[in-house]
Amino acid sequence: MAQALIELLQTKFADAVQETHAMRGDETVVVDPTRWLEIARCLRDDDQAQMSVLVDLTAVDFPDRDPRFEVVAHFHSLGLGHRLRLKAKVGKPDGSGAQIASLTSLWASANWLERECYDMLGVQFSGHPDLRRILLYPEFEGHPLRKDYPAHRTQPLVPYREAENIEKLPPFGPDEGMPFGRRWRDWVPEEDDADELLGGSKGQH
Amino acid sequence: MEPLERTLDDIEAAEPQRETMLVNIGPSHPCTHGTVRIVVEIDGESIQRADVQVGFLHRGFEKMAERGTWAQVFPYVDRCNYVSPLLNNFGYALACEKLLGIQVPERCVYYRMVLSELARMVDHLTCTGAMVMELAAFTPFLWMMKGRDMVYDIFEEETGARVTHSFGRIGGVAKPPSRGFKENVAAVVVKLLEIVDEVKRLLYGTRVFLDRVENVGVMAAEDAISLGWTGPTLRACGVPYDVRRAHPYLAYDQVEFDVPVGQAGDCYDRFAVRLEEVIQSARIIEQCLERLPDEGPVCVDDPRVVLPPKDKVYTTIEATIQHFKLIMEGLKMPAGEVYSYTEAGNGELGFYIVSDGSGTPYRVRIRPPCFLITGGLEHLITGAMVPDIVPCFGSLNMIGGECDR
Repeated sequence: MAQALIELLQTKFADAVQETHAMRGDETVVVDPTRWLEIARCLRDDDQAQMSVLVDLTAVDFPDRDPRFEVVAHFHSLGLGHRLRLKAKVGKPDGSGAQIASLTSLWASANWLERECYDMLGVQFSGHPDLRRILLYPEFEGHPLRKDYPAHRTQPLVPYREAENIEKLPPFGPDEGMPFGRRWRDWVPEEDDADELLGGSKGQH
Repeated sequence: MEPLERTLDDIEAAEPQRETMLVNIGPSHPCTHGTVRIVVEIDGESIQRADVQVGFLHRGFEKMAERGTWAQVFPYVDRCNYVSPLLNNFGYALACEKLLGIQVPERCVYYRMVLSELARMVDHLTCTGAMVMELAAFTPFLWMMKGRDMVYDIFEEETGARVTHSFGRIGGVAKPPSRGFKENVAAVVVKLLEIVDEVKRLLYGTRVFLDRVENVGVMAAEDAISLGWTGPTLRACGVPYDVRRAHPYLAYDQVEFDVPVGQAGDCYDRFAVRLEEVIQSARIIEQCLERLPDEGPVCVDDPRVVLPPKDKVYTTIEATIQHFKLIMEGLKMPAGEVYSYTEAGNGELGFYIVSDGSGTPYRVRIRPPCFLITGGLEHLITGAMVPDIVPCFGSLNMIGGECDR
């Protein structure tokens, strides 16, 4: 059934389809990365395809190849019950220039999947509204699922973050949890009491 | 006391401007059973914006999987969805078998199905139990944990471990069913159904519970599809998509079961669909137990894939070599790529595996169902109230290990 899909793409985008295969019944089409969004839109909207779900989107790193990365998307049609794998090859062998159009305008699931792919493999998705790391923290250096990222590599210690409006983020300071109008600054302990209350050295005999 | 001399106009003029407030929920909050951080911008009690941040349980399984043999991935997938590890085990085993192009024997098929459905029951009981516990209904949680423990006893008997079993093998399972397996399972399933029945009678008539979940966290079907939701959360929106029915694997096309669907797509539906699925799992188990042969192999008969029996390893040189090669070099997968998917506790659990023909995986991509489901949490709680976060998050059944891997 999905064989018809390959033919559909081959006729509609004859110059963009680079290769096809169907290993173990998984129909696969490798396409030109510059036509990625256009082909995905066709897959979603075409009556023969009706790919309503973007099941998965990830990338595979082949450091010896040029282009280096394969961006892999799996589509599924809930209505027609067929699936298709779409791949595109991007990036230079040194890891730069891995860029492809974002599918967030077509499927909401692309948002997090592309963020993860960017986080793990450093593929840039142009047009993504919020492309930041998702599983790792912002200060993380490198992209761990690249083959040239050594598994034993350690990351630098992260200092306290500089954040704007930090005083508005919880915890709110010494007044947190106090009823309004009873701020702790209002109450200034006597010098002797303070030592005792705060565990000073005076009272330790 | 000073006399109150201010008029109403003065008070209105003096009222501070409405200002939104950032509130941080998590990453370890008593009302969220998982490590997730939700930063919400609230105006009073209503949520204006939300940012769901995951990744606190990221352990780099996909990277670690590229460093061992294909068989050494099993313990990692165990620790993805640690509530129902057997479903992950068999999902990964099926992906490898798809790449190898082999079929497991009938006894293994039904054995896997019984264990899978038991794991699914545990998953649903844990999720629904934890969800209602966070809504202050502690009793059903205890009943369900009691039921979960009964199933864990069976798992311990079969696999040797209560939680992280690593019981799946490429081309079969680690051991044949133990003696008394069928009787034990049949007895436990009856008890589990009693628990479900009791929970239903307790909760479906309780105003306090219904007010917290009905029409709360409503998700439209088209939004759920676009977000890539699968499993009970999608079915609660009224989309009858179940991998077991739509793309049958193992022998799910030979057993009878219904796919329960919800109507409104709210927290109540997600709760109810899970409870109904426990009942359907019991039906599947009953049919599988009838068909599970008492004799026969549980692994494929292929020395390139399956480890030889231990008594042969210690007595014959052929089996010793076979064992050595499988352990040291690993099973050789044909070069290529497959995407295999099964219905796990939360929905479609996919494995996209790429092999370069060696004994080590080139890439193991785990497509976790609850990563995408948690991706929809922001949509679900924006515009809702702060207390609604609790049932919404609970009904999604976010499993940190699976979401973050």
